Amino acid sequence: MKTTEIAIIGAGPAGLSCAVEAAKAGAKVTLLDENLKPGGQLFKQIHKFFGSREHQAGTRGFRIGEQLLKETEELGVEVLLNAAVYGIYENKTLAYVKDGKDHALRAERIVIAAGASENALSFPGCTLPGVMGAGAAQTMINVHRVLPGKKILMVGSGNVGLIVSYQLMQAGAEVKALIEAAPQIGGYGVHAAKIRRAGVPIYVSTTIKEALGTEAVEGVVIHSLDEKWQPIPGTERTLDVDTICLAVGLSPLTELAWMAGCEFTFIPPLGGHVPIHDENMETTLPGIYVAGDITGVEEASSAMEEGRLAGVASAESLGYYDEDTAKRLKDEIWQRLNSLRTGPFGEGRFKAKIKQLQARRQLA
Amino acid sequence: MRIKHHPILNDETRECNATIIVDGKKVPAIEGEPIAAALLAAGIRKFRETPKYHKPRGIFCAIGRCTDCVMIVDGIPNVRTCVTPVRNGMVIKTQKGLGEWGEKS
Repeated sequence: MKTTEIAIIGAGPAGLSCAVEAAKAGAKVTLLDENLKPGGQLFKQIHKFFGSREHQAGTRGFRIGEQLLKETEELGVEVLLNAAVYGIYENKTLAYVKDGKDHALRAERIVIAAGASENALSFPGCTLPGVMGAGAAQTMINVHRVLPGKKILMVGSGNVGLIVSYQLMQAGAEVKALIEAAPQIGGYGVHAAKIRRAGVPIYVSTTIKEALGTEAVEGVVIHSLDEKWQPIPGTERTLDVDTICLAVGLSPLTELAWMAGCEFTFIPPLGGHVPIHDENMETTLPGIYVAGDITGVEEASSAMEEGRLAGVASAESLGYYDEDTAKRLKDEIWQRLNSLRTGPFGEGRFKAKIKQLQARRQLA
Repeated sequence: MRIKHHPILNDETRECNATIIVDGKKVPAIEGEPIAAALLAAGIRKFRETPKYHKPRGIFCAIGRCTDCVMIVDGIPNVRTCVTPVRNGMVIKTQKGLGEWGEKS
C-alpha cells in the first residue's frame, strides 16, 4: 500500500497552505484533490483580497493561488489530482478513486480540507435551468469565460452576492437587481456601493415568489416581506431575467469527517454541523485534523491561516518541530487569525469559533 | 456566450479547436474546457429531464457536487458535464431520466 506522512484532502486555499507549512517543516506530504486542477475556488476569485498586508490584501485571489502552487511545487509536495477520496478507514487509511481505479493511501496524519458547497433556495421554478449558485456563475465567467446568461437576478446581499454581481457585469452581463430577504445588506458597504454606483438596484426585505419559464428561466416574480418575513400581497413585481443566481450561503462538506467518526457540534453562524477541533485544528480523533471551510464557512484568508496552523501542528506532532518553535509559529498564525475575525463582520465568527473550541474542552 | 474581452482577465486568447456532437448537432468547443461550458457558450441550457415528471435541469453548482448537469457522454449516462473536459468528437446526448447505456465511441 502507498504510504505518506501527512495526507491532505483538498487542494484549495486551506489544503495548499497546509501542504506548504508541513513540507517546509520537512514532512512528506501528499495532497489529494478530486479536480483536474489544484486551487479549489481560488482561481475564480479575481477580486483583490481584504484585510491587512500579511493577509495579502490587495492581491487578487488567483494570484495567491498561483503563488501557493509554485511553493508546493518547489517544496516537493506530492499532488494527486483527479483523485476523489471517498473514505477514511482504520489506521488512517484513505480510499480514493483516480483515473477510474481504486487506490489506498496510509498516512500518519490526515488533514481534511474539503471546503464547502453552495446552498440552494426553494421556490416555485427553483429547479429550472438558469437557476444556479452564484459561485457556479462565478466559475463559468472567471475560469471558463462563458456567460451563463445575459440578464441576471442576484439573490443574497452577502459578500458573495455583491462581488459576483460586479464580476458578472465585468464579464458583460446585465444585473437587473439584487434582492435580500433581510431588512439590511449583509456584506461590506464598499462592495454594495460599487454595484449601486454601476446602477444595480438593491431591494432589501424582498424575496422570490416564483421563477417563470417552462424549459429555462424566462423571468422572475419578486415580492416584499414584512417585519415578520411574510410576503406583502400586492407588492409583486416581474423582472425580465434569464438567470437567477443564488448567493444564500454555503454548507461545510463534512462527509469524510462524519465517516471517520469525528465528533460534531452545531453552530449555525458557521454553516451548521461542524467538526469539533482544538487550537491545533486536531479533531476529536487523534491525528486527524481539519482546516478551512469544513470547520465553519469563512473566507479564503482564514482558510489559508487554518491550513497553515494544521500544517505546523501536524508536522510538530511527527517531531519535525520542537515545542518552542511550534508554539512561536502557531502563536503568529493565531494572531493573524484573530485579527481576521474582528470588526462588525468578523466578530460573530470570532465568537462562533470560540464556541467550537470550547466544545472540545468540554469533551476533554 | 463566450467572454471575449475582460477588464481584469484581458482578452480571450483561446479559440475553438474542437467539435462535439450534441443531440446530433455540431457544437464548437475548446479542448479541455468542461462540456457544460461549451454547451452554455452555444446557448444550450437544458441538459437532462428528470425520470418521473420529465422536468428540465441544467447547471447548478458547476463544481461537480450537485449532479444536476449529468448527460450521456460517449454512451455513458450520468456524466457530470461541469467537471468533464471536452475532447474533440465527443458525442453528447440530453439525458432522459436515468439515461441508457449506448455505444462507446
